[in-house]
Amino acid sequence: MNTKRRVFLKGTLASGAVAVAVGAGLLSPRQVLAAWPQTAFDAKSVQEALKNLHGSELTEASGEIEIKAPDIAENGAVVPVTISTNLSNVESIAIVAEKNGTPLAASFNLTSNTLPYVSTRIKMGQTSNVIAVVKANGKMYSARKEVKVTIGGCGG
Amino acid sequence: MANTIKIRAQAKGDTCTVKALIKHVMETGMRKDKKTGKTIPAHFIQEISCEHNGKTVMSALWGTAISANPYLSFEFKGAKAGDKVKLSWVDNKGEKDSAEDTIR
Repeated sequence: MNTKRRVFLKGTLASGAVAVAVGAGLLSPRQVLAAWPQTAFDAKSVQEALKNLHGSELTEASGEIEIKAPDIAENGAVVPVTISTNLSNVESIAIVAEKNGTPLAASFNLTSNTLPYVSTRIKMGQTSNVIAVVKANGKMYSARKEVKVTIGGCGG
Repeated sequence: MANTIKIRAQAKGDTCTVKALIKHVMETGMRKDKKTGKTIPAHFIQEISCEHNGKTVMSALWGTAISANPYLSFEFKGAKAGDKVKLSWVDNKGEKDSAEDTIR
């Protein structure tokens, strides 16, 4: 992966469109992964993560989003989180753990047939807010819930 | 690769609930090996998607903050018993797996 990136950088720096095309070609073997937003998942703050994921960090607080998570999680390595909403035309649901080293945990892309409901388990390093960011009708809405963590689940 | 996915899809009227458990270490890349003191390299699922009769109904991007042996559940409309649901994942090392279930 890394060597490919080196080659890619070299290619683009060398010269013009041909090199870019070659570079792009080199990146394609696993096209699925090309879509994975590295910058968003590497971001160290919630704002940065949202900006890199959705292009904007501005969200509107919404009472229509429900986050189901324990008030106190004994083990931060496994915190069950369920997010559902009454908003219509939901395009994506992102789960963010505010005080994790890299806050963005997951982003679910939904289609018109998918109900706005996702449930999974996340890791939390320490007590913090779990933020649900819902993109619906081209706008971003968010809701938060505090989860107290007794034993952190990031790192050792 | 051995089968890593347990998937169950159940239809209730028009709505299908998909539940899945995946066996994966989901290593963050921040943990250290207690014996050697070396950092364990990151190894986690990056993309996961679900198809209903060949059409994608849900696709998700995951980071390292998803728990080890991830659990996932979601619902979609327009399904009936007997339809096929296929779930597949790809991790940051390029490993992948998929599993199919018949909606009941």
